[in-house]
Amino acid sequence: MKDVSFGQYYPARSFVHKMDARVKILLAIAYIVAVFLVKSEPEFYFLGFAACFLFVVIATVCSRVPFFKMLKSVKAIIFFVVFSAVLQLFFNKKGTPLWEGGFITDAGLYNAAFITARIILIVLGASLLTFTTSPVEIADGLESLLTPLKFIKFPVHEFALVMSIALRFIPTLLDETDRIIKAQKSRGADFETGNVFKRVKALIPVLIPLLISSFRRADELADAMDARCYSGSKNRTRYKKMKIGWRDLIGTLVLAALITGVVLLNGVLGVAV
Amino acid sequence: MRITTENLSYSYGENDKTLRVKALSGVSVTVNEGEFFGIIGQTGSGKSTFVFHLNGLIRVQKGCGAVYVGDYDLTDKKCDFKSLRAKVGMVFQYPEYQLFAETVRDDVAFGLKNFFPGLSDKERAEKVRRAIETVGLDYAKVAEKSPFELSGGQKRRAAIAGVIVTEPEILVLDEPAAGLDPVGKREFMNLVHALHGKFVKTVVIVSHDMNLVSENCTRAAVFSHGEIIKTGTPKEIFADERTLENTGLDLPVTAFLEKRLKEKGVYIDSDLTIKDFTDKFAEKFAGVKKQ
Repeated sequence: MKDVSFGQYYPARSFVHKMDARVKILLAIAYIVAVFLVKSEPEFYFLGFAACFLFVVIATVCSRVPFFKMLKSVKAIIFFVVFSAVLQLFFNKKGTPLWEGGFITDAGLYNAAFITARIILIVLGASLLTFTTSPVEIADGLESLLTPLKFIKFPVHEFALVMSIALRFIPTLLDETDRIIKAQKSRGADFETGNVFKRVKALIPVLIPLLISSFRRADELADAMDARCYSGSKNRTRYKKMKIGWRDLIGTLVLAALITGVVLLNGVLGVAV
Repeated sequence: MRITTENLSYSYGENDKTLRVKALSGVSVTVNEGEFFGIIGQTGSGKSTFVFHLNGLIRVQKGCGAVYVGDYDLTDKKCDFKSLRAKVGMVFQYPEYQLFAETVRDDVAFGLKNFFPGLSDKERAEKVRRAIETVGLDYAKVAEKSPFELSGGQKRRAAIAGVIVTEPEILVLDEPAAGLDPVGKREFMNLVHALHGKFVKTVVIVSHDMNLVSENCTRAAVFSHGEIIKTGTPKEIFADERTLENTGLDLPVTAFLEKRLKEKGVYIDSDLTIKDFTDKFAEKFAGVKKQ
């Protein structure tokens, strides 16, 4: 249970780590847009992807996150990637069959490769954000970004608070789960054998105590916050102030260059062909 | 069943060198049948990791020593952990957090159903009733109740009933008295002693409470940084004050009084239980009249 890495923040002092969380979130979104901008016409799509890939590689180098960590995050969704690729391979009826009477078409093959590249690039970009930005920073950044929603009475601060509490309690609950599993195993519970239904049923003696203890923890936390007169939003000061600096400017410019590049590659080659 | 560990080591985070933490190193100890064995040491000294080995909750890592419980060789991959766990009952810290079923009766029956699925309904009901009564709960009152309606002390008793229902020969308790008031603590230890006289042959108890150890244990082991630095009777362990100081542990009240009296020239040599101490003390001063 302890091996589950969640949030996967990789602590380091680097160019990307020092960037403003809000800017990083916006840049991650812009990067995903860039990946989606790459056109799907089979003849030249790979150049746009190559540009995106180059961007991710450079950003990774600047973030000092080891490459194998990045690969691990891709490994986590490999099932999803293979699944979408297989769907494309077998169910794409356009294009010509690769061999006489075959059900795999050239368009299907192109699409499978295209989708695979797209998903992997998106995951790489998103995990770079979570590797270089701690969960608390992400929550704070989102809160700041969502501030305009206050005008329509959306409780932005409370929303961000709920999010950071949830993230904060994941390791605590993992520990708790580990303990309850051990206790039930001592009473002969068996989580490793039997079919799917049996295994799901075997989880009940773990899930119920876990649910109850999370309610208990929630009560205790609420009391502790009340006791310290916690109140959200108005006049609240921050320990860490977010500030946009020169690194954010550079990051934004590089990403703008990437988007321009992708659009140009789409357009120029589109005309040329 | 006798418990033996030979040169037992364990490290967490085996897969990642940077995260590896050594929790046990070279622990060799034997607990004979019939003992009331204490395990003491600071938080993080490896006590829990050690006791989790005793019923296979933590498997012995490759090349990290051996654990034998009775005829079970826990280093053997083919070891039947399920039948072992029926014989080695484990009571965790705050055992009430493991309650889950709709009624106390169902919760207590959980272990029985897992370990002995062949029992008839009648046999099972009888064993459940006996377990609930053994822990001092009123069967007629609590059996049909939800475990979550019980009071704190009752919950803990119900949870313990769920462990002893399989009549384990060895009972392992990890900080069982944590969070109990003094009366609750005393009643709880009385319960453990009552069980020790019945089907439970050996008790292994992890505790921070030195009084609990001196009062109840036949022998104890002191853990520090994953190693056993001393094993012996409470008398032997608390005689060596320097080891205790280095491990941040305290003296039980009897040992403390003996030490203070000795400084004032009064020698009392008890086995550190309150009864023996007061007996010896009274004996010494029997002739002294009130001023």
